[in-house]
Amino acid sequence: MLGWELPPYNSGGLGVACLNMAKSLAGCGASIDFVVPYSAKHEDAKFMNILSATKISPFLRYGNGAYVSSEIEKLFIENQDTGDYQSIRDIQKDYCEYVEDYLENHHPDVVHAHDWLTYEAGLIAKQKYHIPFIAHVHATEFDRAGMKEGNKLIHEIEYEGLMNADRIFAVSETTKRIIHEKYHIPLSKIEVVYNSLDSKYEEDGYEFDDSTYKYIESLKHSGWTIISTVSRFTVQKGLTHLMRAAATAISENPKLLFIFAGDGEERNELIQLSAELGITKNVIFTGFIRGKRLRDIYSLSDIFVMSSVSEPFGLTALEAAHHGDCLILTKQSGVSEIIWSALKYDYWDEHKLAEQILAISKRPALKKALQHSIQQEYRQISWDKIAKKCLEIYNDTVKKRKK
Amino acid sequence: MRAICLYLHIHQPTRYRQYSIFDVGNNSNYYNDRIDGRQSNERIFKKVAEKSYRPMLKLLESKINNNKQFKVSFSITGTWLEQAEKWEPELIEVIKRMVDTGQVEVVGETYYHSLAFFYDRDEFDAQVKMHEKKIKELFGKKPKTFRNTELAYNDELAKWADAKGYKAILAEGWGKVLGWRSPNHVYRPTNCKHIKLLLKNYRLSDDIAFRFSNRAWEEWPLTVPKYIDWLNMDSLRGNLINLFMDFETFGEHQWKDTGIFEFMSSFIDKWLSEYENIFVTASEACDLYEPRDEISMPETVTWADTERDLSAWCSNSMQTSAMEALYGMKKDVLKSGDEKLIADWRNLTTSDHPYSMCTKYWNDGDVHAYFSAYASPYESYIFFMNILRDIEYRLNMLKTAKK
Repeated sequence: MLGWELPPYNSGGLGVACLNMAKSLAGCGASIDFVVPYSAKHEDAKFMNILSATKISPFLRYGNGAYVSSEIEKLFIENQDTGDYQSIRDIQKDYCEYVEDYLENHHPDVVHAHDWLTYEAGLIAKQKYHIPFIAHVHATEFDRAGMKEGNKLIHEIEYEGLMNADRIFAVSETTKRIIHEKYHIPLSKIEVVYNSLDSKYEEDGYEFDDSTYKYIESLKHSGWTIISTVSRFTVQKGLTHLMRAAATAISENPKLLFIFAGDGEERNELIQLSAELGITKNVIFTGFIRGKRLRDIYSLSDIFVMSSVSEPFGLTALEAAHHGDCLILTKQSGVSEIIWSALKYDYWDEHKLAEQILAISKRPALKKALQHSIQQEYRQISWDKIAKKCLEIYNDTVKKRKK
Repeated sequence: MRAICLYLHIHQPTRYRQYSIFDVGNNSNYYNDRIDGRQSNERIFKKVAEKSYRPMLKLLESKINNNKQFKVSFSITGTWLEQAEKWEPELIEVIKRMVDTGQVEVVGETYYHSLAFFYDRDEFDAQVKMHEKKIKELFGKKPKTFRNTELAYNDELAKWADAKGYKAILAEGWGKVLGWRSPNHVYRPTNCKHIKLLLKNYRLSDDIAFRFSNRAWEEWPLTVPKYIDWLNMDSLRGNLINLFMDFETFGEHQWKDTGIFEFMSSFIDKWLSEYENIFVTASEACDLYEPRDEISMPETVTWADTERDLSAWCSNSMQTSAMEALYGMKKDVLKSGDEKLIADWRNLTTSDHPYSMCTKYWNDGDVHAYFSAYASPYESYIFFMNILRDIEYRLNMLKTAKK
């Protein structure tokens, strides 16, 4: 397996998904060598061999910038030829060389590469060593750029990788459609392999102590409904639609509190919008949060909204479900394809979103029914089932290759 | 003498549209969706008329005209009749011609296809009377036999029907209740003096209604000789075979291209070609046979699902709260004397509405087998409750106007 990060050195969902998938595959009997672009210890990943492609620290794996495409572009254009590892492209180059050396001595049945960062290495395996290459799409550059152009070089790497891959895993039907429409890959080559909640998520001993948040608890006791969203504040997440829907809903029911958890370039715009709409009293911005704080937000909330314009999967919805929230999801999110016990809307339909928030806040029976059904439902989505599907596709791909 | 009692249920609900909270107090159009809308009653009715009502009625009428021995019983709901009057009046003309021959019996039931018997006995009585009046008006006959919505039956209902002077009442011949007894006899409900109980032979009925086109069924394809064979065998357990099913089985549940119409046509001819075989109406079955035994069903039995109970209509919190709120308004609604308001309210008692809020099958992966006019059970509930809110608003307006 070729990946760019594993927990605890992850910046988001990608590393978590890679680790969980590898773990379940190992549990099904697969033996895995996992190549990462940095040197570090991974205590949680004893079930596979972790190989370090370079000696750099995990914190430098995206070059000197964060994992934001526009900054990556800036980086390697401005810093070309300025010393070792100035940009992510330098690291990718070494990564490819390492993989090439590795394949001189090893003969895996399949090479499974996660996202554009490792597709070039995957291509080497296929073209030079004739090993079946599976490209796993957790997100495309179109998703990261809010369905706009994005970075041309990354597009090209994605296109090259996807064209040449023997099989493609997409994290949802939505992503599958994007791969088909934007990269012109035949649908028959793309398999949908969903994500699931980290198995450790349920067992880490978290307990919610409701006395920590006295203010919000007191609001709840006097009939307020708490609605939260957790995301990066970028155009991809559709948060301005959510804000406007909030205003419409509050005009019908003033006892609604909206928690916007996260941060990003859209923050100031959102704060300003809430003021223009005259609902600052009903909106809370928490800033970027993780760990216990994040879980507290889920636990405090009655409703979790995923308002994304485009969302390859959307793991936060399953996390919120775990903490007992009712879900409202956009039809454009991957997770809405496999979750039935939720209310759904099109991301632009602010009216409908307002309607759904109002309905849950005013109808205890609806809230109860949604909470009850989602509790049973989200548990059925397991990494084990996903791993079994992967293995089937591996075997099938290898067979076809041999013919 | 071996008799088949063929009984077909003719019904369409008046579906409510996606009635928004923002409509409440502004417009009270609950039931007229745009013609291309998902809940357009007109579009659905015309479609089903084309596929099922017209061709099947034509087939049955020709059988009636060709053979005095062919009989059939219908139950026709008030909501179906209202829609037929509006959009396909010639269907009513055909049924009228058939009833006039004396070979067709119309069975009594609630006008609105409701489960009022289980919520409000007075409302139930009123709806049965309304239906009786409508049938008398259109077809000139008063129903002598009775079926409750979804064949929902228990001892109490039998007692009620007995007191009302009905000759027969129809119910599901559920094996768990019958034990070793055969559904192919006439029975007497416990504690009743005159009324007779006709039990659906669910195996032979469902062979046509549910399994006919199922290619995974080991008996597929079902041919007329095979089916006649089964009828002959089953007749050894009693001489009256009650085939009860939805009228829409023909053309809508089983499409024309499955050969269902040809099957029915030749099955009827074949059955009647043997000299000792006849068809009977529900009333004639009672004239022909004496009760063999007494049967008690203290718990409600329906013809739905493998459970044969009411759980698809009243098990989750949304369904119970919706029905509670609905019947809780009855007194005020009836007192208002506003006919339009009363009809709007009564239309909500139709059992299809709580059924569309059922979550039993919603999240167990069998979603595609689930047919509903709404995107989800939760949405259906939201629209339903919004309508109740508007009715409440109208009641308040009437009250203030009186003052």
